[in-house]
Amino acid sequence: MGSTLLDAISLLAHLDPQVLAIVWLSFQVSLGATALGSLVGLLLGTWIAVAEFPGRAAVTVLLNGMMGMPPVVLGVIVYLALSRSGPLGTLGLLYSPTAMVIAQTLLVTPLIAALARQTVEDAWSDYRIELTALGFDRRLAVLTLLHDCRYSLVVAVLAGLGRAMSEVGAVMIVGGNIDGFTRVMTTAIALETAKGDLPLSIALGLVLISVVVALNALAFGLRQWAMRRYG
Amino acid sequence: MFPIRLEQVHFTPNGRAVLAGVDLCVDGEGITLILGPNGAGKTVLLRVLAGLERIHGGSVAWNGAGAPAERIAMVFQHPVLLRTTVADNAGLGLRPLGLSRPEVQRRAADVLGRVGLSHRARDSARHLSGGERQRLALARAWAVRPRLLLLDEPTAALDPTATEAVESIVREIRTGGAKVLMTTHNLGQAMRLADDIVFIEAGRVREHSPAARFFSRPQSQEARLFIRGELPWRIAFPD
Ligand SMILES: Nc1ncnc2c1ncn2[C@@H]1O[C@H](COP(=O)(O)OP(=O)(O)OP(=O)(O)O)[C@@H](O)[C@H]1O
Ligand SMILES: [Mg+2]
Repeated sequence: MGSTLLDAISLLAHLDPQVLAIVWLSFQVSLGATALGSLVGLLLGTWIAVAEFPGRAAVTVLLNGMMGMPPVVLGVIVYLALSRSGPLGTLGLLYSPTAMVIAQTLLVTPLIAALARQTVEDAWSDYRIELTALGFDRRLAVLTLLHDCRYSLVVAVLAGLGRAMSEVGAVMIVGGNIDGFTRVMTTAIALETAKGDLPLSIALGLVLISVVVALNALAFGLRQWAMRRYG
Repeated sequence: MFPIRLEQVHFTPNGRAVLAGVDLCVDGEGITLILGPNGAGKTVLLRVLAGLERIHGGSVAWNGAGAPAERIAMVFQHPVLLRTTVADNAGLGLRPLGLSRPEVQRRAADVLGRVGLSHRARDSARHLSGGERQRLALARAWAVRPRLLLLDEPTAALDPTATEAVESIVREIRTGGAKVLMTTHNLGQAMRLADDIVFIEAGRVREHSPAARFFSRPQSQEARLFIRGELPWRIAFPD
């Protein structure tokens, strides 16, 4: 056990190319998905927060529910859509990094949208009357609101990135964990552990834990700083 | 846009008569104080004038027109400040006006100077004390140069010094040419500031008189009882 851990650390210390490639792909896929998910999620969340339409409560409940969507189930849905006989089968995207980005985007968008909706809605109920009395139209009021909530919204995006980096079910199903092509940290850990290559699993596990802890620390620090700076 | 003439204004959310036929005429000069017990409808009346509530009956005419021709600003009892600097908050009301950035900054700095907050300009607005917040809220409203300023209990939670500071700001705003309409529960303040008094009870205007007459010879029984009940020196001390 001790030697396994040493082997793992040695892999990291020597910047093992296989480890680096896997980590790099993880970042590419999850950052890409989070960027797309943020674009859609922040807009969607803001819109739901300030718009008035019938069924708004139902949409909110649905969105909150989708925050807890199991990645495996989402993986299956995307798999069915992208598989040869599926509606998007002709694109030939299954078992590619693009498919993984699509799956993770669908995973993080509701999370970011739901967090943004809550943040913006709270701010909207605080500021609405005041901004209206100051002559703000809705567009300007929303822009002011978003600026005021900027730190909370960044925290929502970081939460999305953390979820994307650490999920395994969706990328496993639509990416297929192909060595050197669609293998990311979580899928490699799952496979290598099953195969008995514990040093590689542990090395990747250490990286993954560091990333997730760092993201949370960043979110925490940002919140603290914003609280101290702006109250 | 003056006189503002309210006739039989009704505000009845969910069938509850909050304003039950308000008749009132307000001219464009001086400081008008609105007095009345809790729940009388004072805040609602200000919100109606600020265009924040749609009335359910009656009419509000602004020198005969259906809408005010000049700018109105309102300061709420609990002003909400943005999570940014004092200076940014002071200029907030200027954003919809499409002024240039230097002009916004100049006007914000100007009003902050007038309310004595220049030295806090770079601080976070949410770190201000209650009295400082209220002064910032006044500065924010003042910056838009309103013709009509609506103030809802601007000194409700302030100590005597802070209250005096707010009162002198209000006087200065009046001197600058704005009509001020404000509510208070502080009768001493009403005596110090008011040119005229509007006394509201149960959603109706019971009396509207010049301040001196209101306090020496109130015309309505309700106002008489209210003044007797609220005046601080009526508190009975043990012998
Ligand atoms: N939108 C609303 N829906 C229902 N009731 C309302 C609404 N707005 C105000 N009210 C009610 O109208 C009454 C008068 O409210 P208002 O805030 O004007 O009182 P006020 O005279 O300002 O009292 P206070 O001195 O306590 O500030 C209150 O009983 C309040 O609950
Ligand atoms: Mg009130």
